[in-house]
Amino acid sequence: MLRDTLGKAEKAKEKKALYGEDIDLEKFIKEEAGEHEQVTKANEVPKKVQDTLLKVGVDPNESERSGTFIQVDQTGVCSTCGSESVEIMGMNVALEKYNWLKDYMWKSVAPDTDKYTAQTALREANEGPSGYFIRSLPGSKEVFPLQACMFIGDEKVMQTAHNVIIAEENSELHIITGCATGEDVSSALHVGVSEFYLKKGAKITFTMVHNWAEQVDVRPRTGIMVGDDSTYISNYILTSPVRSIQSYPTAYCTGTNSKVLFQSILGGQKDSVLDMGSRVLLEGEGSKAEMISRAVSKDQSQIYSRGHLAGRTQNVKGHLECHGLVLSDDSMIYAVPELEGSSTELEMSHEAAVGKIAEEEVLYLTSRGLTEEEAASMIVRGFLSMDITGLPPELASETKRMLDASLQGM
Amino acid sequence: MAVEVSGKKVLKDIDLYIDEGETHVLLGPNGSGKSTLFMTILGFPKYKVTNGEILFKGENITDLNTTERVKKGVGVSFQNPPAIRGVRLMDLLKVESGQKPDDEELSPEMLELAYKMKLDENFLDRDVNLGFSGGEVKRSEILQLLAQKPDFIMFDEPDSGVDIENVELLAEEINILLDKDKKPGLRKNSGLLITHLGYILNFVNADTAHVLMDGRIACSGNPSEIIEDIRKEGFKGCVQCCGIH
Ligand SMILES: Nc1ncnc2c1ncn2[C@@H]1O[C@H](COP(=O)(O)OP(=O)(O)O)[C@@H](O)[C@H]1O
Ligand SMILES: [Mg+2]
Repeated sequence: MLRDTLGKAEKAKEKKALYGEDIDLEKFIKEEAGEHEQVTKANEVPKKVQDTLLKVGVDPNESERSGTFIQVDQTGVCSTCGSESVEIMGMNVALEKYNWLKDYMWKSVAPDTDKYTAQTALREANEGPSGYFIRSLPGSKEVFPLQACMFIGDEKVMQTAHNVIIAEENSELHIITGCATGEDVSSALHVGVSEFYLKKGAKITFTMVHNWAEQVDVRPRTGIMVGDDSTYISNYILTSPVRSIQSYPTAYCTGTNSKVLFQSILGGQKDSVLDMGSRVLLEGEGSKAEMISRAVSKDQSQIYSRGHLAGRTQNVKGHLECHGLVLSDDSMIYAVPELEGSSTELEMSHEAAVGKIAEEEVLYLTSRGLTEEEAASMIVRGFLSMDITGLPPELASETKRMLDASLQGM
Repeated sequence: MAVEVSGKKVLKDIDLYIDEGETHVLLGPNGSGKSTLFMTILGFPKYKVTNGEILFKGENITDLNTTERVKKGVGVSFQNPPAIRGVRLMDLLKVESGQKPDDEELSPEMLELAYKMKLDENFLDRDVNLGFSGGEVKRSEILQLLAQKPDFIMFDEPDSGVDIENVELLAEEINILLDKDKKPGLRKNSGLLITHLGYILNFVNADTAHVLMDGRIACSGNPSEIIEDIRKEGFKGCVQCCGIH
């Protein structure tokens, strides 16, 4: 690792994040890599893990998947690839294979962003790399998605991962990632640093389902470099309870005509605190961004739905949309849409609406024989089941199934 | 029965009896309280019965909520139902026809009925009432009733906003819902048809008509005679000479 990175990380060890409750890192165990057994196929991981994987869209039988990576706690336990167009492997393996890979590390997420990135960088230096490396080869188009899973198997673990995803020129890459915890884990911390690089004409779709345990804290840190004529689409689904999650991925649209779409579906349950944002900096001529979120708060949950759209050059366009339904008096949705324009020729807009379930809609459904509870749940599921756009047909129907499954619990 | 809405006395003295197998028509000018009576019988919470009671199949249902009334066999077609984002017409039809919600497909019988209502599979996939045309709203309402098979059905202005050609199509299904294909003595299902223009009555035979004025049933009698009167004399004139009927 570059000395500079390490120095920055060292200095930021205690640096609090801008948003989200400050987590005491000392409370968690830094388990070493190698604690969990390696397997050669995804369906060889323990049965208990497999059942959980399915819930977050990761298929242990790898049907219609081009490859798989599974990290349990700090150990990459499985990486398989059945396609010539894409690569997927642990960062430890990738760094040995590709000398140039280090040039992509800590370039879209700064190691001194906060204590969580710092911790990830320090562990990487002291204990060795974790996380995955994914790359699509130039001009390739693999229709079947790669799947990656971050799994926490042991109590009180602090899982860190540093992922690098590269889509080479004119390639198309589809990724499904699921994050989950084992049944007997009650509290843990997950920090995942993900860096995306889209070269000219590339497209990445990144569909992520989170299913953490109720006492888990989650602090993902994501940076996306979007090159000329390239498209990045992120779909995020979280509907199960979690102690806290705070994330604010930033896409740098520096390429001309680059495009970004963030779609997120948030269901707050129990005492969950979800602080979810997305930021797009439109710095390339003709670049476009759209951020769409649907949030529903139940029980005592708190949802912060942030969005920041910055137009910094001419002919850029952006739209930010956040719709929220507050289902209980003890829950809260706080929508913070921010627009920043610093160029003359730009078009940016936002739309935010937070409210309760329309009584008229509930009554309509009761007049069809549904009880009030059934009616409310049908309306909530309908509200959250937004059409996720931008996916190829096979993946779209798979994602719809994943979403439907996630909404069962709402 | 007397009914208050948001503190306002809308229905003052309603006395209405619909026998098994009978279809009644409720006529009356705008604002006379037709929809209020509909919502009250359906049991929507805003409509407070301040006097009297509602009996269904001999049972007092005044204190039952809408769901309970519907489960006992009450069905409705709304004039202006709300759109619900993300809830597809198909999802509703599954529940209404007693299919499991996670069934991937609609049953062949339901698909056939939908086809009859000129609503194809793409249409069934749309969010209910969202961007539906006036005619589509009414056809979707009737299709849902065909799925539910209620014993007593109220229709609030089923012909408003519908072109002439489709009124006939709707009337045909309304007739089926109300057992009009059976001999009068064998009809089981009953209906209350609300209309202020009465165009649909060219295609649906009713047994009795009532005229609602200022929250009272001002006149009851033979449907074609009453409609004839209203056409000639207007609602006021009709009510004035009501004694004849
Ligand atoms: N929610 C309400 N609040 C107050 N007044 C109402 C409400 N709904 C209906 N009304 C009043 O009750 C009367 C009857 O309305 P309605 O039943 O809709 O008549 P119709 O269906 O015959 O046109 C009208 O004067 C209307 O303004
Ligand atoms: Mg009306």
